[in-house]
Amino acid sequence: MGFWSRLVNATRGERLNQEIDEEIQAHMDEAVASGRDAEEVRRAFGSTTRVREVSHGVRAAEWLESLLADVRFGWRQLCRTKVSTAAAVLSLALGIGSCVAAFRLIDALLWKPLPIAGASRLYFLSSKMVGFNGKPMEDSYWSTPEFEQMREAVKDQADLIGISGADRTDISWALRGAGNGSGADDIEKAHVAYVSGNMFSLFGLKPVLGRLLMPADDRSGAANPFAVISWDYWNHRFGRDPNVVGSSVHIDDQTFEVIGVGPRSFTGTEKGVDTDVFLPLNLNRSATHEDTSWHHIFLMLKPGESAATVLGPMLQHLSAVNHAFGSACSTCHRGETKEAIERFLNQTLSLQPASAGMSDLQKEYRRLLGALGLLAALVLLIACVNVTNMMTAQAAARAHEMALRISIGAGRRRLVQLILCQSALLAVLASGLGALFAAWAAPFVLSLVNPPDNPVRLALPADWRVLLFGFGLIVLIVLLLGLLPAMRASAVRPVAALKGGEDPHSSRRLMRGSIALQVAFCFLVLFLSAMFVTSFERLQNRPLGFSTDRLLLLETVAGKGQLPVVWSQTAEALRAAPGVDSVAIASWPLLGRIRINSDISINGAPPSPTPAFFLNVSPGWFATMKIPPISGREFNAQDTSPGAAIVSETFAKTYFPGQDPIGRTFQRGVHEPINKIVGVVHDVPDHDLRESILPVFYVPINTVNDNFAPSALGFSTFVIHTQSENPLALAGTLRQIVAQQHNGLRVSNVTTQLELVRDQTIRERMIAMLAAFFAVVALLLAGVGLYAVLSYSVLQRRREIGIRMAIGASRVGIVRIVTLDVLLMLLLGGCAGVALGLGAARYVASLFYQVKATDAAMIAMPAIALLLTALLATLPAVLRAVRTDPTEILRAE
Amino acid sequence: MAKTDALQGSLDLLVLKILSRRPRLHGYAIMAAIANTSGEVLRAEEGSLYPALHRMEEAGWIRAEWIKKETGRRARVYELTAEGKKQLGAEESRWQAVSLAINRVLREA
Repeated sequence: MGFWSRLVNATRGERLNQEIDEEIQAHMDEAVASGRDAEEVRRAFGSTTRVREVSHGVRAAEWLESLLADVRFGWRQLCRTKVSTAAAVLSLALGIGSCVAAFRLIDALLWKPLPIAGASRLYFLSSKMVGFNGKPMEDSYWSTPEFEQMREAVKDQADLIGISGADRTDISWALRGAGNGSGADDIEKAHVAYVSGNMFSLFGLKPVLGRLLMPADDRSGAANPFAVISWDYWNHRFGRDPNVVGSSVHIDDQTFEVIGVGPRSFTGTEKGVDTDVFLPLNLNRSATHEDTSWHHIFLMLKPGESAATVLGPMLQHLSAVNHAFGSACSTCHRGETKEAIERFLNQTLSLQPASAGMSDLQKEYRRLLGALGLLAALVLLIACVNVTNMMTAQAAARAHEMALRISIGAGRRRLVQLILCQSALLAVLASGLGALFAAWAAPFVLSLVNPPDNPVRLALPADWRVLLFGFGLIVLIVLLLGLLPAMRASAVRPVAALKGGEDPHSSRRLMRGSIALQVAFCFLVLFLSAMFVTSFERLQNRPLGFSTDRLLLLETVAGKGQLPVVWSQTAEALRAAPGVDSVAIASWPLLGRIRINSDISINGAPPSPTPAFFLNVSPGWFATMKIPPISGREFNAQDTSPGAAIVSETFAKTYFPGQDPIGRTFQRGVHEPINKIVGVVHDVPDHDLRESILPVFYVPINTVNDNFAPSALGFSTFVIHTQSENPLALAGTLRQIVAQQHNGLRVSNVTTQLELVRDQTIRERMIAMLAAFFAVVALLLAGVGLYAVLSYSVLQRRREIGIRMAIGASRVGIVRIVTLDVLLMLLLGGCAGVALGLGAARYVASLFYQVKATDAAMIAMPAIALLLTALLATLPAVLRAVRTDPTEILRAE
Repeated sequence: MAKTDALQGSLDLLVLKILSRRPRLHGYAIMAAIANTSGEVLRAEEGSLYPALHRMEEAGWIRAEWIKKETGRRARVYELTAEGKKQLGAEESRWQAVSLAINRVLREA
C-alpha cells in the first residue's frame, strides 16, 4: 500500500505540497488559538520548506517524480521540433513495423514449436546418398515396411511416427443423416495426410469430438477404415456440426468413417498447410509396397532420454536397418547396375530437431525470410542512425543548458535519464505506429505467397513471443538512440561549455561516422534489392518456348480410369463448343507440379546416368502450345506409346550427339519396348523455370500394354486454346460439357497456363517487391539523414565560412570544405557496403536467378543510386554555404 | 534541542501509544497529548513530528483522513491501523527491554 500511494503521490506533486502546507497551517492556527505566540510556533517548525520537503520525500516516490518530470520535459522538447519529431517517429515506426512483421513471419514459420506435448523431443529423419544419376541427393521419404522395421529397432528409446505430406486430394462427403450423397459432382479438394496410429497419443492431443486415431486403427485391411478431421476443417467446412462424426468420406474408391475431430490448435506437422483429414498410414495403398517411399518419419524420444547420448547410437542402429532393408529389397532398384545400387545404399542418415514441424514452405522460404529480416533490420538501423543524429544535434544545441544543469548540481545520472526519457518517448510513439504497420504487413506478405488455388495457411497470432520481441526491440532502440547522446551530454565539462569553448567538432565527428555507417547499410540494402529485382526480371522474361496466351487447363480425373478413346471423345465435345479454337490432352500441364523421370536405354545398353523426363500428349498438343518443330512430324491418331516418340533438342543432343535423331530408337529401361523417334521439337522448361533445360521426350497419350490393348488413363489435362482474351470466362461452360458426357470424367481443377507460369515466380516476385520497397525507404532515409547532417554542419560553421569568404576564399573552395568529408564518408561507407554485400549475397545466393554478386552492374546500380541521392541531399546545404553573406554573418556576431 | 535528542527513536512509540488510547487526533493534538501526559517533560518538535507522521503513514502503521472542523477549516486526523497496533507492541517491548537494561547499568555501575 505504501509503495502504491507513493507512486500515486508522485503523479500529483503539487497537490501533495498543498496538502502538507495546509496541515502545517492548521497546526499553527491551532497553536495560536491555544494561546501560543505565532512567531514562536513558526520558529518551532524551523524552515517550513524543509519540513515540506522531508514530508514530501517521505510520501512520494522521488525517482518516479523525477522520471515524470523528465518525460514531461522530453515531451515538450519533442513538441518544439514537430517536423523532425514526426519524421523520426515515422521512420522509426516503419523500421520497427518491418522488423516485427518479419519476426512474426519467421517465428510463425520456422521457430514456434508445434502445439503438441514434447515438441522439443521431436526429430525428423532424412538421408543423404548418391543417386542413380551419380549426383548427391537428399531424401526424406520412406516406405512403410522399412518404417515398421525401424520402429521395431529403436522402440526402447524412442517412438517413430510416420506422417505423409498433406496433399491436396479429391474427396467427396456422405454426411450422416443427409441421405446417400452419391457424390460424382460433389467432389471437392481437401488436404489429406496419412499418419501412423500412434501420432495423436504421442503428441498428447485430445479430441474436441469423438475420439482420435489409435494404433489399432492403423492396420492394413482394417475392417473399419476410420478418419479424423481437424478442428479448423470441421469449423469452416461443416460449421461445427456434431453430426460429422459417423459421416463418411470417399477418396478414390476407399471410404472412411469419421470418428472424431482433433484439437483446435493442431493443424498437422506441416507449417503452411493445414491438414484437413487424417487417415491411418497403413490404409494407403502404397503402405504395402516395399519400393514406394511416400511418407516422412518423425522420431520422438521417450521422456527422460537425453538426446546427446541416445541420438548417436540410435542413428547407427537406424542406418543398419536402412542398409539391410535396401539390400534385401528385390524390387527397389530394378534395372540398376550393382555398383550403382551399392553406392546408393551407402546412405548417411540424420535426425534434425523438428519442434517446429517440417514443411516444404520452411525449406523454400527460410533464406528468403532471413534476407527479409536482414533488410528490415537494416532499414531500422538506418532510421535509428538518423534519429541519433537528430538527438545529437539537439544535444549539442543544448550543451549550454546541460553545463548549467551540472554546474548548479544536477547529477550526471539525472542528465542521462533526461535524454534516455526522450529517446524512450520516441521509441514508444514509433512502436505504437509500428505495431499497427506490422499488424497489417505480416498477413499482407503472407498473402503474396499464395497461389490462388492453394493458399498458404499460417497462423500469425500476436502472442507473447511477438510482444516480447517488440519489447526487446524497444529497449534496444532506446539504448541505440539515447546512449551516445546521453554519454556525451553527461561528459560535458561545465567550465569549458559555459565559456563557449566546448570542442565544436566533436559532435560533427560523430555525425560523420554515422554517415559512413548509414551509407554502408544503405548500400547493402540497395545491393541485395538490385539482385532480387534483377533475378525476378530475368526469370519473368525468360524465353519459355511455348505460348501461354489464351490457354485454359482443365485438370481432369477419371476414377478408376477411362480408355484413351473416351478422353478423345470428350476432347472432341470440347472442341465443338463456341469460343474454343483447339483442344489437346496432356497427362499433366507444363510447369505444373508434376514431373516423372524415366531411364533412357539406347540399343539395349544399360541406362545412361542422365535420366530424361517425359510427358504423354495427344495429337495437336504441340500446335496448341505453339512449340515449334525442328524436324520430323507431330503425333497422329495412329501413334501409340510405346511406339512413337518426339524428343526435345536437348534430348537429341544428350543421347544422340552429332547424329540425326529421326528414325532412331530408345527404350525406357533395358527390357522395355522400343520407341522410335518421329520428331524433334524446341526445348521448353517443363517443370521449373529456374532449372537449366533437361532432356525431355514426349510419347502419345494412347498407351498400350504388352498385348497392344489400350490401357486406361486415370487423370489428364485438357489444354484448351480459347478465342477470348480471358480463357477463364469459358471455364464454367466447358466444365459442364465434360460433366454432360457422363463418361466418368470429372474436372478436378481449372487453371490457366499463364497462372502456372506466374506461380513459378511467386517467391521471386515477393522478395523483389519487398526488397524494392525497402530499397526506396532506405534511400529516402539515408538521403534525409545526409541532408540533415550537412545542413547542421553548414549552420554550425557559418561563422567560419563567413570569415573564409571575407578573406577571399573562392566558392569552389567553400564547396570543397563543406563536401569533402561527406564524400570521404560516402566512399568509406560504400566500400564497407560492398564488402558486407558480397558476404550477405553468398548467404542468399540460392534465391538469385542468373545473377551474380560480382556482376559489375549489380555494384554499379546501387552506387549510382546512392551518389545521385547524396548529390540531391547535399545540394541545399552547399547552396546555402555558397550564398553565405559574410558581412551579415560577421555583423551578427 | 536536548529534549528532541532524548526523544530520538522514541517519538514513534509515543505517537503510536497516544493514538492507541485516543483515536483520530490531528498533529497539534498529538503534540499536546505528549506534552500533557508527560507532565510537560517531553515535547515533540513540530519539525520532526510531521515527517515522522508521514513516514509512519507510508509504512502503513497509521492512516490519515481529512475532516472538516466546526471552524470550517480542514484538519488531517490520524488513527492506528492493525499494522500499527502490532508495531506498537513491538516498540513497547523494545523500550521496556532497553530501559530495564539502562536501569540495571545505573544500579550496578
